[in-house]
Amino acid sequence: MKYLDEYRDAKIARGLAAEILRRSTRPWVLMEICGGQTHTLMRYGIDDLLGDSVQLVHGPGCPVCVTSLETIDRALALAARPGVTLVSYGDMLRVPGSKADLFQVKAEGGDVRVVYSPTDAVQLARSQPDRKVVFFAVGFETTAPAHAMAILQAERLGLKNFSILASHVLVPPAIRTLLGSPRNRVQGFIAPGHVCTVVGYREYEDLVREFHVPIVVGGFEPVDLLEAIRMLVVQLEEGRAEIENQYVRSVQYEGNRPAQEAVARVFEVADRKWRGIGSIPVSGLRIRDEYAAFDAERTFELTCVCAEEPAECISAEVLLGNKKPTDCTAFGTRCTPERPLGAPMVSTEGACAAYYQYRRHAVAR
Amino acid sequence: MPPTTNTAATRLPAEPVSDEPKDIAAFSCPLPLPARDRILLGHGSGGKLSAELLKDVFLPALGNPVLNRLEDQAIVSLNGTRLAITTDSFVVKPLFFRGGDIGSLAVHGTINDLAMGGAEPLWLSAAFILEEGLPTETLKRVVASMHEAAVKAGVPIVTGDTKVVEKGSADGLFINTTGIGRVRDGVALSASQAQPGDAILVSGFIGDHGIAILAEREGLQFETQVHSDSAALHTLAAALLDATQEVRCLRDPTRGGLSSTLNEIATSSGVGMELNETAIPVREEVRGACEMLGLDPMYVANEGKLVAVVASSAAEKALAALKNHPQGRDAVIVGKVTGEHPRMVVMRTPFGTTRIVDMLAGDQLPRIC
Repeated sequence: MKYLDEYRDAKIARGLAAEILRRSTRPWVLMEICGGQTHTLMRYGIDDLLGDSVQLVHGPGCPVCVTSLETIDRALALAARPGVTLVSYGDMLRVPGSKADLFQVKAEGGDVRVVYSPTDAVQLARSQPDRKVVFFAVGFETTAPAHAMAILQAERLGLKNFSILASHVLVPPAIRTLLGSPRNRVQGFIAPGHVCTVVGYREYEDLVREFHVPIVVGGFEPVDLLEAIRMLVVQLEEGRAEIENQYVRSVQYEGNRPAQEAVARVFEVADRKWRGIGSIPVSGLRIRDEYAAFDAERTFELTCVCAEEPAECISAEVLLGNKKPTDCTAFGTRCTPERPLGAPMVSTEGACAAYYQYRRHAVAR
Repeated sequence: MPPTTNTAATRLPAEPVSDEPKDIAAFSCPLPLPARDRILLGHGSGGKLSAELLKDVFLPALGNPVLNRLEDQAIVSLNGTRLAITTDSFVVKPLFFRGGDIGSLAVHGTINDLAMGGAEPLWLSAAFILEEGLPTETLKRVVASMHEAAVKAGVPIVTGDTKVVEKGSADGLFINTTGIGRVRDGVALSASQAQPGDAILVSGFIGDHGIAILAEREGLQFETQVHSDSAALHTLAAALLDATQEVRCLRDPTRGGLSSTLNEIATSSGVGMELNETAIPVREEVRGACEMLGLDPMYVANEGKLVAVVASSAAEKALAALKNHPQGRDAVIVGKVTGEHPRMVVMRTPFGTTRIVDMLAGDQLPRIC
C-alpha cells in the first residue's frame, strides 16, 4: 500500500533501531502519548527491537480508556431510555460502566448503533424524526472537529432530535499533569501526530520550555515511531530539550485552521475528569451555551452517578512507568479484554490490552 | 470477585479541580464487569464468548463423545460406513452482496463443513425462517441461487422446512442447512492432531468475504470492489487429500477469521504456532479497507478458503496440489506448528520480532482513531 508500506519497511526500521542502540548511553525513559502509537509499538515488537536502550512508557492517550466512569454511566442510562438511539464509535461499546457496558444495554433492548463518522448520526436523526438521537462524542482534539461539524450540520438542518454526549479531553494539560507529578520518570515525549494535525504544536513549545523536556511529534507507523524515538534520544544525549516534528507529512506548526475554528465555534475549554486520573484543570471541551440545545447533558435530565473503583488495578503505576501492565497481579487472569478490571484493558489502544493482545508470550519467556 | 474500594479513588468524583501537582500513584481504575446474564452479539462471533457458551451451556447439557470432539462436523459410523453430519444457520445481512447471497452461502457453508472433515458431501437439507412481509421475489432469488450453488457443487437439497414469524421477529430471512457426507476411507482429520514441525497452509487470500459484506452494509465505496470468496471447497479438499495422506487437519476459517481457526487448532492440539507475517496472503484492497476501518484481516471472515495442517515432509506436495486446483492458485505456507508456547499462535513480523495472534473476545470493534 503506497504511503504505508514505506513506513513499515523492515530494513529502514532495523537501521533506525541500530542507530538508537548506538546513540543511547543509558536507558532513557520515553512516553508515547497516543494509544494508537502504543498499539503499533506492541504490534511490531518495537520494544523488543530496542532492548534496554530506551524504556517505553505508555501514556494516557486512549480516549476509550480515559472517558470518565460517570460519562459512561450517563451513556448507558441514555441508551436504555425508550425513544433514544445512542450512536457510538465501535470500541466504546465494551467499556465497562459501573454496572454494565453498552453491549449489555443493547442486549436488554437499548437502541445502540455503531458508526464511523458523527455525521452518520446526524443523518440517522434526520431519517428518524420520532426518535432522539444522541451521539456519544468521545476523543481527543482529533475527533473534536468532526463532532463540532456534526452539531453545525444539525443546526443547519434545523434538527431538534440530535444531540451529543460530549467527553473531549486535551493532551497538553495531561502532559503537564504527568510532568508535575513528584514521581514522574518520563524524560521525553512522543506527541500524538493526529492531535497535532488538528491543533498544531505551538502549545507543546510551552511544555518544552517550562519543564525542559524534549517532545517530538510522531506518527503511527513503526518507522515513524522509531524515527521519533531516535530524535528524542539524540536530543537527550546532546542535552537538548526542543520541540521537533517527525510527522511532517501530516502535521504543520499551526495545525488545521478551519478545523480549529469549527471546534472553537461549538466548544469551549473546561475542566475535565479523566478515568483513572481524576480531574485535570482546563483539560477538556464543553459545548458552548449557544449550542446547549445539542448538549445531551443539558437536554436530558441525567443524574450524577458516583462510582467506586477497585484497588487491585494498577493503571496508575502503569501510566507513571513504574510498572508494566504485566506486573499487575490481575493481568491476564482476573483482568482480560473479556472481563476488564480497568479501562486500559478494553480498547486495543489501552496499554494493558496491547500487552495482553500481543506480548503475553514474551512475558512467559 | 466483589470490587474492593480504593479510598483515594472514591474521593475523586467530589474532588475539586486544583492546580496542585498530582501524585500519579493515586490514579485509579474502574469497576469490573458483572457476570453476563444475557446473550450478547459477541456470543455469536465465533470467538472466546462463543467458546464460553459451548463450555458453560451446551456441553454440560448435551455433551456426548461425538459432540465433545467439537469439530466442524460430527463423524458417526453406520454399518462400517463413516458419515459426516453438520448443520449451520445463516443470518447474514445484507441478503445479497458482491460475490454471493445468503442462499449460495448456506449451500457452500455446509458443504465446506463436511469437506473439512474429509467427507464427500452427499445431501443437504434447507430450512427457512421467513419474516412476515418479505417480498416473495426476494425469496425466489435466494432459492434460485441455492439451486444454482447446489447443482454446481453436485450436492442435492433433498428435504426442507419453512416457518414464518411475525414482522419484527426476524430480519427478513434466515436459513439453516444440514449436510450429510461420506468420510473418505483412511482419512481421519481433527483439530487435535497438529504436531510440532507440521506446516500450516492457507488456500488463498484472506478477508475477502468479511470486507465484501462490510462494504455492502456500510455503503463503502472503494476503488476496487472486493467480492466475497463464497465457494464450495469439497473438490479442493479432495484434491489435497488425493495428493497426500499426511493431512492432519482441515478447517475453513469463517467467523473470527484465520486467527480464530488457528487458535482453535493450537488449543485443541496443545501446540504452538508460528506464522510468518509477510506470507499471509491479503489482497491490496482488503488491506486498504482494513486500514481504513481499523480492522485486522486475520480476524475477518472467509467463506471460500481452507486452512490445512500437514506433516512437514508432505508440505510441498500439499502446496502443489492446492495450487493445481483453480480455487487454490494463491495457496501459501504461512507458518509452522511448534512445541514452544503451547496453545498460543505467534506472528513473526518483518522486523524479526514476534507478537501474539489472539482469539477475539467478541466481535472485532472498529477503533475511534
